Amino acid sequence: MREVAIVGIGVTEFGEKWETSFRNLFVEAGAKALEDANMGGDQIDEMFVGNMSAGRFVLQEHIGALIADYAGLVGNHIPATRTEAACASGGLAFRQAYTTVASGLNDIVIAGGVEKMTDVGGSETTDALAGAADREWEGLVGATFPGLYAMIATDYMNRYGLTREQLAMVSVKNHANGAKNPIAQYKKEITVEDVLRSTLVADPLRLLDCSPVTDGAAAVILCPMEMAREFTDTPIKVLASTQACDTISLHDRRDFSTLDATVAAGKRAFAQARLTPKDIGMVEVHDCFTIAELCAIEDIGFCAKGEAGKLTEDGQTALGGSIPVNTSGGLKSCGHPVGATGIKQVAEIVAQLRGEAGARQVDAEIGMTHNVGGTGATVVTNILGV
Amino acid sequence: MSVPRYWRKQQNRYRLKGTHCETCGKYFFPPRNLCPTCRRDGKIVDYEFKGDGKVRTFSIIRTASEDYDLQTPFVIAIVELEEGTCLTAHVVCAPEEVYIGMPVKKVFRKIIADGESGVIVYGTKFVPA
Repeated sequence: MREVAIVGIGVTEFGEKWETSFRNLFVEAGAKALEDANMGGDQIDEMFVGNMSAGRFVLQEHIGALIADYAGLVGNHIPATRTEAACASGGLAFRQAYTTVASGLNDIVIAGGVEKMTDVGGSETTDALAGAADREWEGLVGATFPGLYAMIATDYMNRYGLTREQLAMVSVKNHANGAKNPIAQYKKEITVEDVLRSTLVADPLRLLDCSPVTDGAAAVILCPMEMAREFTDTPIKVLASTQACDTISLHDRRDFSTLDATVAAGKRAFAQARLTPKDIGMVEVHDCFTIAELCAIEDIGFCAKGEAGKLTEDGQTALGGSIPVNTSGGLKSCGHPVGATGIKQVAEIVAQLRGEAGARQVDAEIGMTHNVGGTGATVVTNILGV
Repeated sequence: MSVPRYWRKQQNRYRLKGTHCETCGKYFFPPRNLCPTCRRDGKIVDYEFKGDGKVRTFSIIRTASEDYDLQTPFVIAIVELEEGTCLTAHVVCAPEEVYIGMPVKKVFRKIIADGESGVIVYGTKFVPA
């Protein structure tokens, strides 16, 4: 296996992009990544694009070729592939790209993600996202996607004594970070009271516990480490890229409050990178709901089970804490265009490791990403370093 | 949702019919036609669950998909059946009544209706036992 580096990143502004189409979103992110890598499109050997549900959101399938076409990459007829694992679709694209470069099959590969979610109404979005869980035996009996995470929260709060306020603090912290991120959907700080006053969606989760509906795209460019300095003075190494799966339904899990796929992917990542959680300077975790961030912090191994609420309350996950979590603002404040999220997480860690994160800069040499599909049926983790 | 998709699982949805692996003794609902433990060594047979169980975790759905919109707020729960398997289902009770550990039993109920003249989907819900 070859050492792999990230030499270019590009992320669009996240938000409700009424004026921008699905394909244009991706082209913007891809062009930014190529410009960042001082590279021409002709140099790309292969492309992977994470996308959850263009078929539902914009009635378009066959995303690989479409994106390659509008990104001007069909001249060389490169292989262009869509990857899908619900909200972990972007994570899959990154891991596929990593695998083909590490194996020696390709030299320069672009990994992207895109989702255009605002072209359909709210209940259709809810229904499409319910497809991330088991349509037949969860969705069809009335469990919404927030409802499933709410059941994780009910179980967790009952077992570990997490308070409603501690849960709100996850959202408050992520909004504080997002307020410092120029691409964030909500560049706005909020308070614990704001969260507790927001509309109940699925008890105990309220609107401000939930990540929003977002349009956005992100892209990163990977190449062998030995070639990286042709493109950038600050290549970022991929120290690990791992993936794990679990039961599609929450009701079939060993433990409702532990994502065993996170535990498995995390262990594999630490083994591959020969590191431990103590070596990680910052992490982007999949906070689709506030409870998900707490589970992730524990399941990766940054603290014992049941302690992430206290860790958050003590400010240890904020900028300047012992393990800053979601410096980008996370899915909650930066936004969650589902297919793009896994790539945006990687782009955030790369920006941090290059020292380009502006007001949210963390001083660290190693960072990690954690991307979840469904309620934990797929997890992708990556460890990146300078 | 197409009619055959409901029809196909009618027995499972109406009667809480799942499956049972005679090799390892595990019970499955939703039904599985391959035992994840024994795989090809498993012997899968149909099994109708007694329908007694308890609430393991729950939520009150306030914002639902279009099919369930008129039913909000409603209680959704993961119910652990006596046979040891868990499933997701409605619990028919007031939102403030439900609690973790609550004993429940199965009932046959209308689940959703496709407008005034469309298909009515029936299935299993749970009520406090």
